[in-house]
Amino acid sequence: MPKVSMTVNGKPVSADVESRTLLVHYLREALDLTGTHVGCDTSQCGACVIHVNGCAVKSCTMLAEQAEGTDVTTIEGLATNGELHPVQAAFQENHGLQCGFCTPGMIMSAVDMIRRIPNLDEKTIRAELEGNICRCTGYHNIVKAIHAASQEMGS
Amino acid sequence: MYEFTYQRADTLGDAKTKLGSGDDPKLLAGGQTILPTMKQRLASPSHLIDIGNLSELQNISVESGHVTIGAGVKHADVASSAEIKSAIPGLAALAGEIGDPHVRHMGTLGGSIANNDPASDYPAACLGLGATIITDTREISADDFFTGMFETALGDDEIITAVRFPKPEKSGYMKFPNPASRYAVVGVFIAQHGNGVKVAVTGAAPCVFRWSEAETALNSKLSADAISSLTVPASDMNSDLHASAEYRAHLVGVMARRAIDILS
Repeated sequence: MPKVSMTVNGKPVSADVESRTLLVHYLREALDLTGTHVGCDTSQCGACVIHVNGCAVKSCTMLAEQAEGTDVTTIEGLATNGELHPVQAAFQENHGLQCGFCTPGMIMSAVDMIRRIPNLDEKTIRAELEGNICRCTGYHNIVKAIHAASQEMGS
Repeated sequence: MYEFTYQRADTLGDAKTKLGSGDDPKLLAGGQTILPTMKQRLASPSHLIDIGNLSELQNISVESGHVTIGAGVKHADVASSAEIKSAIPGLAALAGEIGDPHVRHMGTLGGSIANNDPASDYPAACLGLGATIITDTREISADDFFTGMFETALGDDEIITAVRFPKPEKSGYMKFPNPASRYAVVGVFIAQHGNGVKVAVTGAAPCVFRWSEAETALNSKLSADAISSLTVPASDMNSDLHASAEYRAHLVGVMARRAIDILS
């Protein structure tokens, strides 16, 4: 089996994989990073969103081998020294989750959109969330959380 | 997904060699269509040859009269390119409406047009702008490139390297997106060129097409009124759970009129 090597949450990792191994399965099963979820497995729900070289992608629609040599960040890599990332803290503060299944993907998408777009407004946040589906919250508190985090991180 | 062998190409030449040697190899660019297709076991290539990172396919160049975009340039990079936004704002806007942000970070121009999904966006821009598809062996006009549902003029081992888009005076793209996938239920790209107006319709029929009656009408008067009485026959339209043929035919007119209103 081919060997794949990358950096995940700042640590170099490598493992043997089948060519058909999806990046999300590599993260969850080979590295035991189960914070990244498989929701729909059809590129629609966004529960599997992670960052590859700083950009948000759906890890259910990427092969582990495509990530060879890249720098990957998962939800487990956001907090530093036990302190929540400002987006994680904003989701907690604003009650931006109910069951929590979509939350890792929502937060990884939020971090990416805040990186790309200064001064996020509600309309933009809702448009940017088109690749993330939540079946509990009705999105209101997710949007509020992202807006709050955007303002805090921008200030 | 059935088993296959992944190979990363180091150069375009390497990709070509690998493409000529497997039983049933396929190119992998961003993977946003082929991987879901393989998961459903609708495709089972023997080899996937990854050309997603080839530096030869990543260039964007803006010259007087046209914009050339490498086949490996991702949708997000077209959408955010200041040069493309300035030269052909309608094209940058179209790229920014493909899929969702995560898909746009992976999906490529070359991958989209090589697949020629009847509901994808880029084929409409290629036809409406009168683009030229550049491959490793030749140049093909967009009018000759898109030949049918998921069919193109590409040979088995031919690789798209870039697309050259003439700069129009104005262009605009309006689509009615599927609420889940963001594919076009119907999308219409309209461009006003020095030598006339082109109207390209995607999502509606088995293959992207030019709506010649609308082009004739808009050449007389570039306004939504000029095409308000025109219709396309529902018998030529796709019908599925997302929209009936009659509804798609109706949407072609609506999206075309809205596209005229946003020409820039």
